[in-house]
Parts: sequence; structure tokens; C-alpha cells
Amino acid sequence: MNNITKNHIKDKLFSATGIFSTLIGLILLAVFIGDIIVEGAGRINWDFITGLPSRKAEKAGIYTAMIGTVWVLVLTTIISFPIGVSAGIYLEEYAKKGRLSRLLEVNISNLAGVPSIIYGLLGLEIFVRILGFGNSLLAGSMTLSLLILPIIIVATRESIKAVPQSIRDASFAMGATKWQTIQYQVLPASFGGILTGIILALSRAVGEAAPLIVVGALAYVPFVPSSPMSEFSVLPIQIFNWISRPQHEFLVNAAAAIIILLIITFIMNGIAMYLRSRWQKKIKW
Amino acid sequence: MLNMETEEIIMENEVRLTKKTENLVTGNTGINTEYEIIARNLNVFYGEFQALKDVNMNILPYTVTAFIGPSGCGKSTFLRVFNRMNDYIDGFRIEGEVFVSGTEIYSNRIKLEELRRKVGMVFQKPNPFPKTIFENVAYGLRIQGVKDKHFILERVERSLKQVVLWDEVKDNLHKNALALSGGQQQRLCIARTLAVEPEVILMDEPTSALDPISTGKIEELIFELKNEYTIVIVTHNMQQAARISDHTAFFYLGELIEQGHTKDIYTNPKNKRTENYITGRFG
Amino acid sequence: MKRTRETVIEKFLLSSALITILTTVGIISVLAFEAVKFFREVSIIDFFTDTQWTPLFTKKHFGILPLLSGTFLTSAIAIAFALPIGLSIAIYLSEYAPKRFREFIKPALELLAAVPTVVYGFFALTVVTPFLQKIIPGMSGFNSLSAGLVMGIMIIPIISSLSEDALRAVPNSLREAAYGMGSTRFQTAIKVAVPAASSGIVVSVILAISRAIGETMIVAIAAGQQPRLTLNPLVPVETLTAYIVQVSLGDVPHNSLEYRTIFAAGITLFVFTFALNNISHWIKNKYREKYE
Repeated sequence: MNNITKNHIKDKLFSATGIFSTLIGLILLAVFIGDIIVEGAGRINWDFITGLPSRKAEKAGIYTAMIGTVWVLVLTTIISFPIGVSAGIYLEEYAKKGRLSRLLEVNISNLAGVPSIIYGLLGLEIFVRILGFGNSLLAGSMTLSLLILPIIIVATRESIKAVPQSIRDASFAMGATKWQTIQYQVLPASFGGILTGIILALSRAVGEAAPLIVVGALAYVPFVPSSPMSEFSVLPIQIFNWISRPQHEFLVNAAAAIIILLIITFIMNGIAMYLRSRWQKKIKW
Repeated sequence: MLNMETEEIIMENEVRLTKKTENLVTGNTGINTEYEIIARNLNVFYGEFQALKDVNMNILPYTVTAFIGPSGCGKSTFLRVFNRMNDYIDGFRIEGEVFVSGTEIYSNRIKLEELRRKVGMVFQKPNPFPKTIFENVAYGLRIQGVKDKHFILERVERSLKQVVLWDEVKDNLHKNALALSGGQQQRLCIARTLAVEPEVILMDEPTSALDPISTGKIEELIFELKNEYTIVIVTHNMQQAARISDHTAFFYLGELIEQGHTKDIYTNPKNKRTENYITGRFG
Repeated sequence: MKRTRETVIEKFLLSSALITILTTVGIISVLAFEAVKFFREVSIIDFFTDTQWTPLFTKKHFGILPLLSGTFLTSAIAIAFALPIGLSIAIYLSEYAPKRFREFIKPALELLAAVPTVVYGFFALTVVTPFLQKIIPGMSGFNSLSAGLVMGIMIIPIISSLSEDALRAVPNSLREAAYGMGSTRFQTAIKVAVPAASSGIVVSVILAISRAIGETMIVAIAAGQQPRLTLNPLVPVETLTAYIVQVSLGDVPHNSLEYRTIFAAGITLFVFTFALNNISHWIKNKYREKYE
């Protein structure tokens, strides 16, 4: 066997390795999800979804955790959306190249790398204790908002950057002010991308458990939260709690709740991907 | 029925026009107001680089003035001086005076938005907004705060007729402007500028991205428009400058080498470099 | 009027941007503040040299080493698993795969990073550990091996996607030169593209390590909650993050020493991830304009 054939075989061999590597993660994920469905699908019924938590596995439901997740989602959106988009606009349209903008940029990419549990410690000290919000939905949502802010800012900047300069020139040349140009031209043209980023960021927030555990979200909340100041639980924490129990019945509950959580996450990701592809197709300058 | 804001804007425009006429008659600004645009001892810098060197120019109202010269000679920079579009470039600095219809436009009192309403601009590549045809033309009025639907509708129709685009698009006013052909897009951009009734229209190589037929239409249009507007055009195309302009100015390495009646420049250039450029020996 | 409006808007946008600075300042001062109080009661030498971590027991030890070893053990397993796979994916997608396959598979791979981490924890505990126990008898129900492996699956997309970006930034002229001399695709990839993209690949690995160190729920669920100074992947350990969760779940009074231990663990974690992130930025900036 000469060198050329040997190299040729190596080439083919790597090609196979590449395909295998690409698929192995997805195959494992599929196996896991299959296992979860086998385990938990039978447990999902109306009582499970509308049931309050209980010490008895067969009676326990996810209602309070699900409502908690919805609350967290809404509050986090309300807090993080305006701040994140505003910061992104500032950095892309207003900030002059200089120390401040470099500092802001480095800082944001650093924040993106801070582990989520550290945000939990920040929220625990600032929102729960110093500001006195207690172990409330508000404290939890503010913590998650800070956590996803870098994602929203980066997505906003990317989408704004994609709007060609010629559009801004045309608007300025018509006598529009800077904000008019942003409001009427830049934002409408980049909205699809911004929205995609926000949905992805929120889907990240929906799956977070660690920072909320640290700010004191509870595993057992017998009441549906009624205001931002209520104590709360969310689906991931409910799941974590059930996984930690020794009885197998609770693992079945966990699997069932995971199915619901995965459905929510995948729907959000699906919407984001759909918006992204549609937006990319629509805008061709 | 015009609403208050619209009326105000119309009034404002009228006052502006009257003032301008007065200025022309009395010359009470202390400068020669026979001219629409005056540039005096103008130097422009981008950081260390000097883009324009001691340029002086007077432009008469209702004429077409063409700026010619090789790439990087400063002609586009000079054009963008008149609506202050260079202001956004890092390190931009200007010395000297520029007057547009009697007002010093680099003074602190000037409002950029008002200046640009008065001095419209058409760009090299057609750059319609990614909105409907209608919204493109209505944009200037909308940002001025005009709410009156009838008024806007009339203005849009008139502007589109001025650029001879009305018949082509009147049934598709609510289609995306990006669906138009390049030549149509450029005419739309001109209509967009006309809709706010400017006095001066700056054109930065408006036909360089277009095919010959579209180019011809735009040139015809420029010829028509000079009855109502003062037009300054930057062009790479020698024949175009000769066809459409009354006055021509030749720039080279940031200096204004020669200016005068187009006929004179083309038939009897005084400067050797102008002659070389026009006859195509460099550029 | 219009000008005031413009200024007000700009100030509002600026203050939104400054919230990010405030966040960083907040994180650092909160961690430092509580850690200082912690180190008033616990000697910093004990903290780094004691081999036991038992703040919740009656006989208290405050040695961070067991939590560090747990963190590094699980992270090392994750990287050891994700690096070869992630890199193979990156090379395959950038050098071999047809465009359509790539466009289809990339979003699918991103899905791996979108799955909530409690879900991965469940997999590790209920699927991977029982499976591994069949192969490795005597393996504990909580262990760093299955937690690390599952964490590896989660960080595959970080390595594959950032490395692929780096590989695709390598100019085609380099590849053509290699092909021109008779190289196979594999030789071109290994001998030309990968070395040329090495800084980007290193950045992707560093970010993946940082992500693994900070990962919480997988290890809290599957690796156990027993601080232990060991490199044995088959026994229960506890990571920095899992410890913070463990304390947060309990009823520890504010302003107690136990309460402060989570900030001591937090600042240790923060220092490591902060350093790793900054090293990756530094590498990225240093090599950014290589091909521009």
C-alpha cells in the first residue's frame, strides 16, 4: 500500500469520524428525550397540570410552578427588554469610539461569561436583602434580567449593525434627527433580529434554576403567586426538587415536568429560528 | 382641511421663501445674496489629512453645477459640506465659511434638520427605505410632524409626477420600494427629496449605478428640475457633465483647479490639468 | 424642544448601557464584601490548605480544595469528552460537509446548548449513571464521571461552533496552496487550516472550560454533595456551584458564617471564570487581524 492510498484512507476515515461526531450528540439527546417520554408521558394529564404540589407523588401537580414560570417570563421580559435594547442602541448608534465604549464592550462580554449562579448571589444580596424584595418573583425576575441582558444587548447590536449605512444617510439627508432615524428606519429594519435574540434569551431564562434557588425560590409553594411580591417556584426548580427525592414516583413526575419544560423551550427556540430565517430572507438590500 | 401643524409648516416655508427674496433684494445679510450657495476660503480636514484646500465658489440659483475630477479629489466631500453630511465622519474639521441662501450653515445657531430640509440629497446608490413606495415619499413630511392625510397624499402624488414615476407606480403605492428597478428606485429617491420642497438638491454621482436608459431619464429629469431648484451634481462621467450642467468645477487633490461656464471649461480650459482630465489623459 | 428630546433620549439609552457596568461593580463588591467578612473569621491559609470542607458540621473545616477538586474533575471530564468531538465537528463542517448539510445541522447542534441544565442533570442521574454502573461495577450512584460526560454533551456546541467560525475565517488561498501540492482534505485540514485557526480554537476551548466550571444543576444533581479531595471519577464529589445550591436550599440564617461560605465559594468561582474569560479575550484580540 503506497502513501497516497494510505492518505486517501485516512481522509475517508476522518470523514466518517466527522459525521459520527456531528451526530453523536444529537443521537444521545434523542435517546435521552425518548427515555424521558417513555418515563413521563403517561403521567401527564389534566390533574398533573392543574394540580398543586403535594407530598404524595401521585397527587402532585405542576400548576404553581408553571404559573411561577409564566410570571417570571413576563416580569423578566418587561425588565430586560427595554434596558437591553436601549443599551444595544446606545452602543451601536451613539457611543463614540473611545474609552467608555471599549469599557462597555469588554464589560458586556465579560458579563456574558459570568456563571449564572453568581448572578444568584448578586440578586440575593442586592434585591432580596438590601432592597428588601424578599424571596419574591420580582427579586428572581430582576436577577434573571441581569443574567440575560448581555444576550439581548449583543443580539440588538448585531441586528442594528446589519442595517446598511445608506439608509441612515438617506434619513439624515431628509432632515431627520438621530432618534427619528433610529425610530423610523433602524429599529423597524432590525426588529426581526432583535426579537429573535430576545426570545432566545428568554428561553434561556425559562430553563434557569440555579440563580433562582440562590435568591430563595422555593421548591414547595402551595399557593399560586398573585403579585410580583409573592413567593414562587418555577418548573426547573420543581423538577430539581422531584429529582432529589429518593422515591421512583417522583422521578416519573420529574420526567413528566421535563416534557412540559422541553416543549416550552423548543417552541421558543423554534419561533426564534423561524423568525431569523424569515427575517434573513426578507431583508436583501 | 389642514390641521394646525401642517399649516404651520406651510407658513414656515413661505416665510422662508419671502425672507430669501427679501435678502436677495436688500442684501441685508452683508453678503452677496445673488448666489444660492457661497463657499469662502474653505478648508476641510479628516484628522491629519486635508481633503479640501482653500476652496472658493459661488453657485447661482436655478442652475446645474457639476463637480468633476478623479476619485479622491474632494468633490464628494465638498458636496457633502453643503448639507453637513460630513459631520458624522470621525476627525472631520472645517475652516472657512459656507452660506446657503444667505445663512452661514456652520454657525452654532443653525439646526441641522432645517438645513437638510432645505438642502436635499440624492446618493450614489439608490437607497430607498425598506418600506412602501408611499411611505418613502411621505417620510420627510412625517418626520416634520405632518399628520394631514390629504396633504401628504397630494404631496406624494405631485412629487412622484415630478420625477415621472407616477404612472409606473400609482397602482402599487403600497408595494415595497425595494421591488422597483434600480432606475425607478433612484427616481423615487429624488421624489422623496422633492416632497419636502427643498431649495437645493445635491446629487452624488446619481447615475453611476444605473444602466444607460435609466441614466438618460435621470438626466432629462435634472434638466427639468433646474427650473425650480438649484442643483449641484458630482459626476465621473465627462459627457454627463457636459450635457446637463451650466457650470463646471474641476477638482484635483483637494484643490479647486478651475471653474466656469461648462461650455468654456470644455472648449477652452485654461489649466493644463483640466484639459488633460477632460480629454481623458488621466483620471 | 426637539433637541431636548434628543438629549433626554440619549441620556436614557446611555444609562441603560451603564446598568451593565453597575452589574459588574455589584457582583464584585457583593462578593468581596461578604468574602472579607468571611476571611475575618477564617484564616486564608486554612482556606487554601485545609483538605476538608465541612462548614455545616459541628466540627467545622473551611478548606476550599475539595470543592476545587470536584469542580476541576467534572470540568476536565467534560472537556476531555467534548474537545475531540467538538473539534471533529468543526473540522468536518468547515472542510468536508456540503453546505446544505451544514445549514441544517448547525441549528440542531445549537439545540444541545438550549436544553435546560436540570434536564441534563436528570439524564446524568437516571440514564447515564445506571448505564455506566453496568460497565463499571462499584460505581457510586452520584459520581463525577456521568456528570462530566453529560456536561460534555452540553458544551459540544460551544467548541464546535466557535472553532468552525475560526476555521472558516482561514482564507481559501491557504487551502488551495495545500491542495495544489497534492494534499488530501484531511492533510489540508490538520496541517494548514487547524494551525491557522489555532487561536480561535483555543478561545473556544477556554470558553467551554469557563462554562463547565460555572455549570451548576448537572453537578448538583448527578455528582453528589460530598466535598472530597479526590481524582476518582467514580465517587461522589461536590463542586463550588453545587455547594452554593446546597446551602441555598437549606435554612441558613443571614449574617452567619455558614451564609458567608457561599460567597467565599462564589468569589473563588468568579475569579476562575473571570480569568479564563479575559484570557480568551486577550487571545482573540491579539490574533484578530491576522488575516485582514
